[in-house]
Amino acid sequence: MVAQNIAFGIIAAITVAAALGMVTTRNIVHAALFLVAVLGGLAANYVLLTAEFIATTQVLVYIGAVMVLFLFGIMLTRAPIGRIPQMTGATWPVAALSALALGGITVYALIDRFGTDSLATDNTVFRTADVSDSVFSQYIIPFEAVSVLLLAALIGAVVLARRD
Amino acid sequence: MTGALGLAYWAETSIKLGVALIVIPTAALMLGYLFLLKMMAFMQSRLGPQDVGPYGTLQLIADAVKFLQKEDIHPAAADRRVFRAAPVVVLASSFLLFVVLPTGPDAVVENLDTGIFYAMAVSSLSVLGVLMAGWASANKYALLGGLRAAGQLIAYELPLILAVMGVVIQADSLNLQEIVRAQAEGEIFGFGLIGNPFILTQFIGFLIFMISAQAELTQTPFDMPVAETELVGGFHVEYTGFRFLLFFMAEVATAFAFSALATVMFLGGWWIPGFDFDAPVLNVLGPVVMLVKILVVAFIIFWIRFTYPRLREDQLQKFAWKVLIPLSLANIVVTGIFKVVL
Repeated sequence: MVAQNIAFGIIAAITVAAALGMVTTRNIVHAALFLVAVLGGLAANYVLLTAEFIATTQVLVYIGAVMVLFLFGIMLTRAPIGRIPQMTGATWPVAALSALALGGITVYALIDRFGTDSLATDNTVFRTADVSDSVFSQYIIPFEAVSVLLLAALIGAVVLARRD
Repeated sequence: MTGALGLAYWAETSIKLGVALIVIPTAALMLGYLFLLKMMAFMQSRLGPQDVGPYGTLQLIADAVKFLQKEDIHPAAADRRVFRAAPVVVLASSFLLFVVLPTGPDAVVENLDTGIFYAMAVSSLSVLGVLMAGWASANKYALLGGLRAAGQLIAYELPLILAVMGVVIQADSLNLQEIVRAQAEGEIFGFGLIGNPFILTQFIGFLIFMISAQAELTQTPFDMPVAETELVGGFHVEYTGFRFLLFFMAEVATAFAFSALATVMFLGGWWIPGFDFDAPVLNVLGPVVMLVKILVVAFIIFWIRFTYPRLREDQLQKFAWKVLIPLSLANIVVTGIFKVVL
C-alpha cells in the first residue's frame, strides 16, 4: 500500500496547488485550465480508489465536455490574454467562508458515515458490470429521478432557445 | 503480481510501454508516408517524394530532422505557458489512446475493464489542447480555428459514442478484448468459421463511427478548423518547428488509433479464423493482421479526405445534430430490441 500512499500524496499536492492557482489567478482562461487540472487530479484519485469507471466518467464528462464548453463560452465572448483588471478577487472572504462551510460539512458527513472503514487491500478493481448492476437495482429510484431532472433541463433549454 | 510473460508487474509494464513508444511514431510515419505523401500525390497525378531513400520512403524522417532544426518562435503577444503546453496536451491525448488497443490475446499495454469508454474519454481531451492553442496564439485566425474545432468536436463526439453503444450492447462488454472475443465466437446463422464481425450486424454503427471519426480527426470534408483558404491553417497557424511537428504527429497517430478502434469493434480485431481465441501464436500473428486491417480502414479515411470538398459550417452542424444523432439513437433502440428478443 506504500506505493498508493506516495501516489496519493503527489496527486493531492498537485490538485490542491491547482485549486489554489484557480482561485488566485487574474486570468479567466488560466482559471478554467487550473480547474481542468483539479478535475484531472480527482480522476487520478478515483483510480487509486480502484473506481476505474468513475474516473473515466470524470474525464469524459467534466474535462471532455463541461470544461470544453466553459472554455468555448469564455473564448466566444471575451477572453483577453494577460491580467484582467476586473478580476480583483475582492469577494474572497465570502468565498473562503462558504468554501470552509461546504468543506466542513462534507468532511463531517464522510467521517460520520465511514469513520475508520478502510478499502480492501487485495487490489481488486470494481468491475463496470457491478457498478451498472447496483445502479439498475439498488439505486434505480435515484437514477430515474436524475434522468427526469435531466429531461426537464433539456426541455427547458429547448424552450429558452426557441425563436417564434 | 505477475503478468502473461511471468515477469514482475513493473518489468512487464516497462517493456509494453517501450514497445508502445516505438510503435506510435512508426505508425504515424507509415501512415504519413503511405497516404499523406504517396497516395495523395498519385490521386493528384503527381509522383510525390522521390529523392530521400528508395521511392522517397525516408522523406518524413528528413522532414522531422528539418523541423527539429528550426527556431522555436513564440508570437510576441502570446500566452507563453499555455502556448507551449497545448501541443503536448493534444499529443498526450492520442498517446493515451494506444494504451487500450489490443493486438493479441496478451499483446495489449493494459487490458482495462472500461476499454472503449476509456478510449472515448481520452480522445475527447484533444479538444482542450486545440482550444488552448487557438487562444494562446493571440491570433484571430487561430482563435477562430480553435472555436470551430471545439464546436465540431462537441457535435461529433455524441454520434461517435452512440455508435459505439450498439457494439457494446451486442458484445455485452466495454472491454475491447471481450468485444474481439464476442466477434470471434459469434456465428452468422449457425456458420461460425469466420466468427461474426460486427460490421455485418452494426453496419449503420460502422458508417456513423467512420463519419464521426473523420470529423474528430478534422479531416476533409470536416476540416473547417484548419481550412487553409479561410483561416490560413487554423489553430496551429502560429506554430513552427518541433511544436508543429507534435501537432502533425498527433493528427496522424490519432488517425491510426481510430482506425485501430474501428478494426477492433467492427472488423473482428486481431483474431484469425481457424485459431483458438487464446492461442499464444496470435500474439505474433495478431499484430500483423491488425496492421493490415488498420491500413485498409485508414485508406478509406484518407481516400475520403482527398476526394471530397469541404462542408460549410452550418451544414456540418446540421448533419451532426439532425442526421447522425437521431440515426445512432435509432440504431441503439433496434440493437436493444434484437438483444432482448433473440
